[in-house]
Amino acid sequence: MKNMTNKEYQKYAEKKVPKPTYLKNIIMAFIVGGTICTIGQIIRNILFRSGLDEKAVSTGTAIILVFLGALLTGLGVYDKIGKIGGAGAAIPITGFSNAIVSPAMEYRTEGLIFGVASKMFVIAGPVLVYGITTSVVMGILYLLIKGR
Amino acid sequence: MAIKKIGAQTVKFQNPPSIISTYTIVGPKEGEGPLKDYFDYILEDDTWGQKSFEKAEAKIQEETIKAAITNGNLTNQDIDYLISGDLLNQIVSSTYTARQLSIPYFGLYGACSTMTESLSLGAMLIDGGFADKVVCATSSHFSSAERQFRFPLEYGNQRNFSAQWTVTGAGATILSSTGNGPYITYVTTGKIVDKGIKDASNMGAAMAPAAVDTLITHFKDTGFSPSDYDLIITGDLGKVGKAIVLDLMKKEGYDLSNNYTDCGVEIYDTEKQDTHAGGSGCACSAVVFNGYIYKEMKKGNLKRVLLIATGALHSTTINQQGESIPGIAHAVTIDINKD
Repeated sequence: MKNMTNKEYQKYAEKKVPKPTYLKNIIMAFIVGGTICTIGQIIRNILFRSGLDEKAVSTGTAIILVFLGALLTGLGVYDKIGKIGGAGAAIPITGFSNAIVSPAMEYRTEGLIFGVASKMFVIAGPVLVYGITTSVVMGILYLLIKGR
Repeated sequence: MAIKKIGAQTVKFQNPPSIISTYTIVGPKEGEGPLKDYFDYILEDDTWGQKSFEKAEAKIQEETIKAAITNGNLTNQDIDYLISGDLLNQIVSSTYTARQLSIPYFGLYGACSTMTESLSLGAMLIDGGFADKVVCATSSHFSSAERQFRFPLEYGNQRNFSAQWTVTGAGATILSSTGNGPYITYVTTGKIVDKGIKDASNMGAAMAPAAVDTLITHFKDTGFSPSDYDLIITGDLGKVGKAIVLDLMKKEGYDLSNNYTDCGVEIYDTEKQDTHAGGSGCACSAVVFNGYIYKEMKKGNLKRVLLIATGALHSTTINQQGESIPGIAHAVTIDINKD
C-alpha cells in the first residue's frame, strides 16, 4: 500500500471496476432512440395529413414530443426508459424535456422561485448555453462567408 | 498521560462500555434485502408522510433514537450525550433530530464512517468518566443523498457498475458504563488517506486505502491477527472496494479471505435489486451493525467483531474544482466478553 503511488493505485483501481456492457448499450440505445424517432415520424405524418405546412408540422411535432417526454417524466416512466436506452433516450428532444422537468419536480420542495424556477436548468442549462452560443457563432460565420 | 492509548492510533478501554440497546429503521428497498429479518422497523413509504426527503430522513433518525432509548428502558433525561451525524449539508438530519430530543448533542461529520466515529467517541466519553449513557446514531436516505450529490430522481441517466446505492435508514446504539455486553473494547481511529480517486461514482476505490491503512494499524497496535475475529466487516466499500481490501491486505501479509465482508455487499442482493456495486451511506454500516451484527452477537453466533465504517469525505464543490476524494475509516472492536 505504502509503496504504491497514487497513479499506480488509480490504474489498479480502474482494473477492479467491471467494464460497461458497450455492445448491449449500443444496441439498446439504437432500439430506444429509434423507437422515439419512429414515434416522431408517425406524429409528423399525421400532422401532414391534417393539412399543415412543413414549418408548422416541424414545430408541432417538437411540441408534442416535448409534451410526451414531460408527461412520461411526471409519471415516473422516463427515468426507466433512460436507464435502458442511455443516449438513445437522452439525445432526442424527449430527453431534453426530461432533463428540464425532472429537476423542476425534484426541487418543488424548495418553492416555486428558488426551487422549481432556479433549479429547472441545472442539467439542461449547459446544453442551452453552449447550443445557443454555437448557433450564434455559426450564424455569424455563415453571414461572413456567404454574405446576405 | 494517555494511559489507555496503545500503539500509534488505538485506545484500549479499561472499563469497556456496554451496548445496552439498539434500534434500526430501514426503507422499503432495504426491507426486501437479504438482512430484512434483522431490522426493527421497515418503512412502506420512504417519505414517511413528510413533505421532503430531508424531513423524512430526520424523522427516521428521530424515531430510531427514541425507540432505542425506549428499548433500553430509559428516558431522554437518562442520556448524557447524543452523538450523531449524517451526509447532508450542515448535517441537518441530525441537527433537526437533536432539536426534538433535548439531549446534549455533539454533531459529527464523518460521511459514511459516522457510525464507528460516534461509537468511538461515545465509548471514550464513558470510559473517561464523562458520561454514563450515550446515544450514538446516524442516518442516510437514498433520495436526499441523490439530490445533494447526484441527479434528480426522475432524470433518465445510467449508473456506472462501480456506483453504489445509498441506504435509506437509521441506526442507533446506546452505550452504557454498566451492562452485560456486548462491549466496545478497542477503538482504532483512522487517518485521512487519499490516493487521488476523483470519480464520485467509484467511492469503494476511494475509501478502500483508508480501510486498509486502519486495519493494518489496528493489527499492529493491538497485536491481534485477522483470525482473532469472528467477523471483520467494513462499512460501505461495496464489491469494488471489498475486492481491493482483500487484495491489498493479502499483499501486506494479512489473509482476510475467511472472515471478511462489507456491509454494502451484504445489505442488498445486488443482482436482483439492481444496486450495482452494493450499498453505501451512513445508514449502511449503522443498520447492518445495529441490526444484523448486534443481534447475532446477542445470540452468541458472533463473539468478536471488528467493525470498520468507511467514509468518502466527498464534496461536489471541491470535487468540481479538481480535488480528489479523501477517505477515512475508523475501527471498533465489539466483544461479548470484557477482556
